[in-house]
Amino acid sequence: MSIYTPPANWFQKPKGAERLWVGLALIWCMIMFLAMPYWHFFGKQNSTGEGYKVTPAAYSQRVQQFIASNKVGDVNGMPVVEPAPGGDAYLQAQMWTWLPILKLRMGQTYRIHLSSMDLLHGFSLQPLNMNFMVLPGYDHVLTITPTTSGEFSIVCNEFCGVGHHLMSGRIIVEE
Amino acid sequence: MHAVVAVVFLLIGGIGAILLGLTRWPAVHLLDVNWYYRILTVHGLNMLIFWMLNFEMAVLYFACTTLLNSRLASAKAAWAGFILMVVGGIMVNIAVFTGTSDVLVTSYVPLKAHPAFYLGIILVAVGTLVCVINYFATIYIAKRDHTYEGTVPLVVFGATAAAIIAVVTLLHGAVTMIPTFLWSLGVIETIDAAWYRITWWGLGHMSQQVNVCAMVSIWYFLGTMTVGSKPLNQAVCRSAFVLYILFINVAAAHHILVDPGVSAGWKIWNTSYAMYLAVLASMIHGFTVPASVEVAMRKKGHKRGLFGWLAAAPWSNPGFSGFFLSLIIFGFGGGITGVTLGTQQINIMAHNTLRIPGHFHVTVVGGTTLAFMAVTYYVVPLFFQRDFLAKSWCRIQPWVFGGGITMAALGMSFAGSFGVPRRHWDIDFTGAQFAVGFDSAAHLWLAVLGVGAVVATTGLFMFILLVVGTVFFGRSNAGRPMEAWHTEQSVAESTKDENVAEDEDHEAPGTVVLALIFLLTFAVYYFANWKWLSDVWEVR
Ligand SMILES: [Cu+2]
Repeated sequence: MSIYTPPANWFQKPKGAERLWVGLALIWCMIMFLAMPYWHFFGKQNSTGEGYKVTPAAYSQRVQQFIASNKVGDVNGMPVVEPAPGGDAYLQAQMWTWLPILKLRMGQTYRIHLSSMDLLHGFSLQPLNMNFMVLPGYDHVLTITPTTSGEFSIVCNEFCGVGHHLMSGRIIVEE
Repeated sequence: MHAVVAVVFLLIGGIGAILLGLTRWPAVHLLDVNWYYRILTVHGLNMLIFWMLNFEMAVLYFACTTLLNSRLASAKAAWAGFILMVVGGIMVNIAVFTGTSDVLVTSYVPLKAHPAFYLGIILVAVGTLVCVINYFATIYIAKRDHTYEGTVPLVVFGATAAAIIAVVTLLHGAVTMIPTFLWSLGVIETIDAAWYRITWWGLGHMSQQVNVCAMVSIWYFLGTMTVGSKPLNQAVCRSAFVLYILFINVAAAHHILVDPGVSAGWKIWNTSYAMYLAVLASMIHGFTVPASVEVAMRKKGHKRGLFGWLAAAPWSNPGFSGFFLSLIIFGFGGGITGVTLGTQQINIMAHNTLRIPGHFHVTVVGGTTLAFMAVTYYVVPLFFQRDFLAKSWCRIQPWVFGGGITMAALGMSFAGSFGVPRRHWDIDFTGAQFAVGFDSAAHLWLAVLGVGAVVATTGLFMFILLVVGTVFFGRSNAGRPMEAWHTEQSVAESTKDENVAEDEDHEAPGTVVLALIFLLTFAVYYFANWKWLSDVWEVR
């Protein structure tokens, strides 16, 4: 039972509606093809994937140093740290906390570093819904400019063990 | 054999599905935290890998033996491959159920599972490779012995494309899983987390492309079986399959769009240039398949208006309704969301949120699984020579399943748009150091997900009961022609005038309208996402 054997002259050019559709589909794919490079040069949200190798121990040391020199307070025992506008800020992901709380200014640009001490974690900023990966052994640098103010939650959205659903942090943005 | 085992894995995955759906529905929140992640691992592996792969092996063997009238190259190799796949699947299930391997489908290092987990996956992969090689050998024998005439049918061509992609997938699997297995044994000290993600997705995403290829082949097969349709243009359909083979592997890059250490240029190149050529292929199939149905229906006299052919289609035949629902759900649901979420910058708003499972449940479940179910309604009477039991239940099964999964996927997608993470036990963050409040609409959408999961698994259990019941208790149809699903035209008639030249009347105005609606929906969704993206913080 052969379902359907094509005739010998099966190799033919498409025509009519099918030809029209192949053309339209190709044009649409070209539009989408151009959208990404367009946004890369003219849009403001691009994750360039800037990353450097770093050992967890070395990264942890930088985080401690950053906290010690920029700390401005405490919430629930978690240090609140205010980096200089334009400067570097460090966040450390570890089962199941985000260290420290960052205090930023709206409209200023920061280089926010992300790394993990143990497993993979997901940096998910809510309710904005911006999501980035945090990998052990890599320093992931995001050059971020907050354009809205208020209190934002950091949620972990990559499975990292049974306490995964408790892993929350804070970013405070002042006008 | 493969199909039978596939259904067993489907059952395990299905039980998992209902438990998970009821856990993510916040008002029910059924499982405890340990069992949630364990069942999530079980569900993903059984559904995405063991059910799909086993069914695909059945499709491959069907294509190369039945469709080409050939004998299998090696029965021994077929058994060896089969046993490896089953043993591997059982090993993985045991490793997870005993609580030593709660690592989810992706098992990202340095999250560590029991060595039996990785070894089981390797066995499944080796078994699959043996089957695929056996398939190629059978094609070779069929060609040598001239068991078929002329060019191979399109279904076989598509199956071969799937098989080629499967081989490349399995090579990635070996590169990822063998070092990881050694690492779990302590032979290798560390595995780089970024390296693992890249190679794993070479395996993980491509395996889904095997599913797409198999699904599209089945669409063509079912089009012929149910309404006697023929591909409009063989050259176009075949080129589209070739596009899949060439481009789909590099498109797997869209899983690491927000990872460190991978440059933007590389991401843009792989996800735009490569992905869109594969998308083009899907868009071509998405037109050709319904157009060929329309042409066939019109030829039978259903010429009224733009959509008279669609209304007159044999919707009460589960082989047809399953096939056409699969086409619609996959195209409108899966295709549009997939391309949009895979856009480098838009991915920022979607990565690891419930939007991602929202997307792949309409592709792999509403699309592929439904197509596999639909083809089963033809294959069981053919191979087991039994008539289906409870035909009226068969007729509604695709609707229940397709409707349920569409609802579940909508629930996931919208909850994900509100930022709800995937793979997460408690979005209320009870007891967390800092409270996290999700929009109350997110809770509503999670309830939609829960209800959808219940409906879809009902459809799934109906399917399993009907198939198993029929195989064991169905009335024998030996010696009689296969009972058609009361469609106006039997299978024998539909393939009668096979060799009529293809370029008769090709007009499919209804499909043109459908396709334009599709394109419009696509464009609106796509640009709406760019608009939402422009509202989030600036990031470089
Ligand atoms: Cu985490």
